Amino acid sequence: MIEFRMPSLGADMEAGKLVEWLKKPGDLLSRGDVIAVVETQKGAIEIEVFNDGVLDEILTKTGENVPVGHVIATIRGKDEAPGLAPGAAVAPVAATPAKVPPKEALPPPRPEAPAVQVQITPAARRRALELGIDLATVKPGPRGIVGIDQVEAAQPLAKERPGIVFDEMRKAIAAAMTRSHREIPHYYVTSTLDVSPLMSWLEEENVRRPVPARLIYAVPLIRAAALALKSASELNGHYEGGAFEPAGHINMGIAVAMRGGGLIAPAILEVETLGMDHLMERLRDLVARVRGGRLRSSELSQGTVTFSNLGDETADAILPLIYPPQVAIIGCGQIAERPWVDDGKVIVRRTLTVSVAGDHRVSDGRRAAQFLTHFQQLLHNPEKL
Amino acid sequence: MTDAELAELVKSALFKVAPDLEGEEIAAEQRFRDQFEVDSMDLFNFVIELHRATGIDIPERDYPRLETLAGCVAYLKAKGFGK
Repeated sequence: MIEFRMPSLGADMEAGKLVEWLKKPGDLLSRGDVIAVVETQKGAIEIEVFNDGVLDEILTKTGENVPVGHVIATIRGKDEAPGLAPGAAVAPVAATPAKVPPKEALPPPRPEAPAVQVQITPAARRRALELGIDLATVKPGPRGIVGIDQVEAAQPLAKERPGIVFDEMRKAIAAAMTRSHREIPHYYVTSTLDVSPLMSWLEEENVRRPVPARLIYAVPLIRAAALALKSASELNGHYEGGAFEPAGHINMGIAVAMRGGGLIAPAILEVETLGMDHLMERLRDLVARVRGGRLRSSELSQGTVTFSNLGDETADAILPLIYPPQVAIIGCGQIAERPWVDDGKVIVRRTLTVSVAGDHRVSDGRRAAQFLTHFQQLLHNPEKL
Repeated sequence: MTDAELAELVKSALFKVAPDLEGEEIAAEQRFRDQFEVDSMDLFNFVIELHRATGIDIPERDYPRLETLAGCVAYLKAKGFGK
């Protein structure tokens, strides 16, 4: 019998509320199956199982808050009799006392906005949470809808105390980043690259492709980063319990900003095996699920390195903090036209500043600099990516 | 199609790719990016959705014309959609 515990959901999440069981006792399970959905500070997350077997018993009720590591179900082997504790002799099923660990009390029901016919958009709800505004005090807009504008307009009246009110997601990010800042001796290396060849190639490529098959420039960047990481094992893995364990695959966390505030970095697993078209597909799917769907527990707990791309109209460079227990993070600023020296002449080129933060317990700046050089070489020949 | 109908089509395309914005008032002249923190992936998906809804082949160089609600309506009309 296997005790199935609430899996880790990344360094910044310690618990989740169980909202739905998708399997019932007696159901056959295969590794990777989604058995339950939990709600966290960062949205709904699908919990996957790591073993084949049969769901034996469910130990956590819907609505319960479950800390990471808490046993939420038992799974037995396909040929194992139901209800047997590990190593137990024959015992009648009914007489086996359920080994239910102490549970947290049900959280009190959250007070909802009054049940009048006011429509509140999801983005407005999130914004209200971020600003600490009671939605019941927000005046709807002309069509009876509470949107982001209405929430923001309500801010001065609804604020109960001065200063920013931090919502749960902000607390979770703060906890993970405080740990990162405290425990990881960061170093940074940066390079500014001429990405004109990459962007020209991409534009020509996209002219040839029908609308749905086009690529965004983040895709070749991720592809090149994945390939360059293959020979930079000190930047890819986990540092835990005083030791570094390099990862066999590259599970690249992709930092995605959430509207209304907050950030999440679910991983594309085994990213080095994906060509550009597959990568684009996976990236689209990932962002769509950050926006309105569900992420999976493996995507949040199995990242081995993180990629953070600021994107258009943002800032020239980013110096991000490593997401523990990972040991490196790659940050890209916006692509912009800048003066560039080529063969003794100043010309205008499209450039990108890339940063790598590394963990000094595992590597030195030289290693990250080698990675950047390799990354740059790969981007110079985008057609070969 | 009237301008209002075209605007509804554009809005539903946007809400489809950014379901958390469903129901939000969209300012006609303000860029989606500035009003709602939409990023390049959202805009990419939005163009695909507009393409699916209208059948118009939208080259990448036209993307800047699709950054506002009014811009999208003007673009669809210029392309002869809904006549």
